[in-house]
Amino acid sequence: MRDLTDEAAIRQTIPLGRAAKGFCGCIERIVVGDAPSSLPAHEIERRLIELGFVEGATVQILHEGFFGRDPIAVRVNGATVALRRREAMAIHAF
Amino acid sequence: MEDLIDVAAARFALVGVPNCGKTALFNALTGSRQKVGNYSGVTVERKIGIARTPGGRKVDVVDLPGTYSLRARSPDEEVTRDVVMGRREGEPVPDLLIAVADATNMRSALRLVLELKAVGRPILLVLNMIDIARWRGIEIDTDVLEQGLGVAVVTATAVRKAGMEALWARIDAMLDAGIALPQPSQWKDPTAGDLRAAQREADRLVALAVRHPAKPDTVTTRIDAVLLHPVAGLVVLLALLFIMFQAVFTWAQPAMDLISAGFDWAGAMTREVVPAGLLQSFVVDGVISGVGSVIVFLPQILILFLFILLLEDLGYMARAAFLMDRIMGGAGLHGRAFIPLLSSFACAIPGIMAARVIDNRRDRLTTILVAPLMTCSARIPVYTLIIGAFIPARTVGGVFSLQGLVMFGLYFAGIVAALGVSFVAKFLFWRKDPTPPFMLDLPDYKMPRLNSIAIGLMTRAKVFLNRAGTTIFSMMVVIWVLATFPRPPAGATEPGIFYSFAAMIGKLIEPLLAPIGFNWQISIALVPGMAAREVAVAALGTVYAIQGGNDEAIGQVLAHQWSLATALSLLAWYIFAPQCASTLAVIKRETGGAKWMWVTFFYMLALAYVASFATYQIAVLLGAG
Repeated sequence: MRDLTDEAAIRQTIPLGRAAKGFCGCIERIVVGDAPSSLPAHEIERRLIELGFVEGATVQILHEGFFGRDPIAVRVNGATVALRRREAMAIHAF
Repeated sequence: MEDLIDVAAARFALVGVPNCGKTALFNALTGSRQKVGNYSGVTVERKIGIARTPGGRKVDVVDLPGTYSLRARSPDEEVTRDVVMGRREGEPVPDLLIAVADATNMRSALRLVLELKAVGRPILLVLNMIDIARWRGIEIDTDVLEQGLGVAVVTATAVRKAGMEALWARIDAMLDAGIALPQPSQWKDPTAGDLRAAQREADRLVALAVRHPAKPDTVTTRIDAVLLHPVAGLVVLLALLFIMFQAVFTWAQPAMDLISAGFDWAGAMTREVVPAGLLQSFVVDGVISGVGSVIVFLPQILILFLFILLLEDLGYMARAAFLMDRIMGGAGLHGRAFIPLLSSFACAIPGIMAARVIDNRRDRLTTILVAPLMTCSARIPVYTLIIGAFIPARTVGGVFSLQGLVMFGLYFAGIVAALGVSFVAKFLFWRKDPTPPFMLDLPDYKMPRLNSIAIGLMTRAKVFLNRAGTTIFSMMVVIWVLATFPRPPAGATEPGIFYSFAAMIGKLIEPLLAPIGFNWQISIALVPGMAAREVAVAALGTVYAIQGGNDEAIGQVLAHQWSLATALSLLAWYIFAPQCASTLAVIKRETGGAKWMWVTFFYMLALAYVASFATYQIAVLLGAG
């Protein structure tokens, strides 16, 4: 577990998987929860990082799908990435 | 010089993240024929070409599947890792890694370069699509990047000749100076922490070396506001598909007529030159009409691929996967399965091969399993024949033609069956597996390049003709032998095929097919039809001994000989039946064993039998027997 500064602890973060379309923020941390997936948590974490989701990157939800507002298209530091809300739950932004 | 490699036999390998224009660069370097796409992971095979530098040197260039790291998450990426690390048997170790980055967005590419450095081979980083970056007002200081990364950096525009000059000059200069021998590899599987640190370092370098314009380019975002809109996006996707199928059926017709006229003419000419007998029968009925019955689909396949290539190059295919993900996910399919299934409307074989872009094995298997249910163009002649003969040409509701509606219904039944089967497969085989994630890069829109589309279409045409010339040709020979031998006895009153092996097999299976309304003539036609669906039309012509064998004449005879119930039953059969030897062979190859081939064969056979049985019995009950 990474140490969080006091300032960060107070900050209100929201998992990107729950954020609405138009949400614009900055990634505070990537924490993959224990929701069942075909991939282990550390693999999901690595894939998210490879697509550019790292702490400090700016994110914006540009588009969302019709059914269940899923998947979402996220602008992350100049690139656009499509992912499901379930995986986006690991991305905590403020 | 001992510490330099022998530049006469130098080998370069192209490495890069998906959508960075790597394949376009490969084409520009080697002039080789290869597909250029915009959909993540379109380069599914390693491609080799020979580059001739302006300095007169010869270099082997290997194009590798796009990857975000050397971790190798899919069979594709394993190829990249193994070639880069020199682990692949019989594959020379590359002397220089050409890392390709999209100059408009190089975050992930720079992280990959940092990882590649650990492999210990010399690296040349090419910032591709620099013209687009400059046009958008992005300024890149390559000196800062060279210093920060510790590798050579050069800019390029792969799709323009002038855009390649700096890269060629750099390659010649490097070859003149001599390329250093590789150092021992320090690479190890990066942890999340390693990746994080590398991405931070890459972001630091981007901040130092790249100046973004005050007003960022928003063209892609504005287009996406419509094309990825929850409602409008789906409407546009459906409209695109509609236009595509209209084009496949209407534009292709003149070319198809021309091709079949050409083969008819070739057959007639042969009849005049070659004396009647076994040889004439082999050349005319076996070779010319057999291969011709397949090559006639080339225009339809090319038009379908023209659309697919255009949409890929535009960057739309990844969007289609985004729009379809949830809809297909409900049936247990991955959003990425959309493109393979779309290709399967032309032919299941490229569709099954395109499933390689799906990294999860479960998703890939499901896609392969249901791809043959998509109505491929080989079913069209059978559908057209039976619909033309049995469904009256009248309009329904004032606008729709009844024949067109039946055709649409057959396509629709195929799609519904594919969704249903994948849903059942999910429960049968993978009930306990949780759904794999869907993460996909949505590239910026780009104008498709005529050149790369042309190269892509040429490749498709070559693959198809090659198949027609080898697999289908040998199948046709087998069918001809089955339908010709043993020869009819002296004084035979019936057509020759009645005494052949095909007839024996047909009569043998007839009792099995009687409950679904097939007579023994159909049973015979189904035997050669196992090789390829469309062959059944020609076989029916032979069985009913129709001279000239054009489809109209066959239709007229069938309309008198069959009941409506039999005709409908045969249509239902063709939606599902696994009547394509090439497809089954490709499934075996792509899944790495016979198991899934047999699964596909038997589930399709079972579905076909059940569907035909139900159709026939219901139709008979309703008085159509």
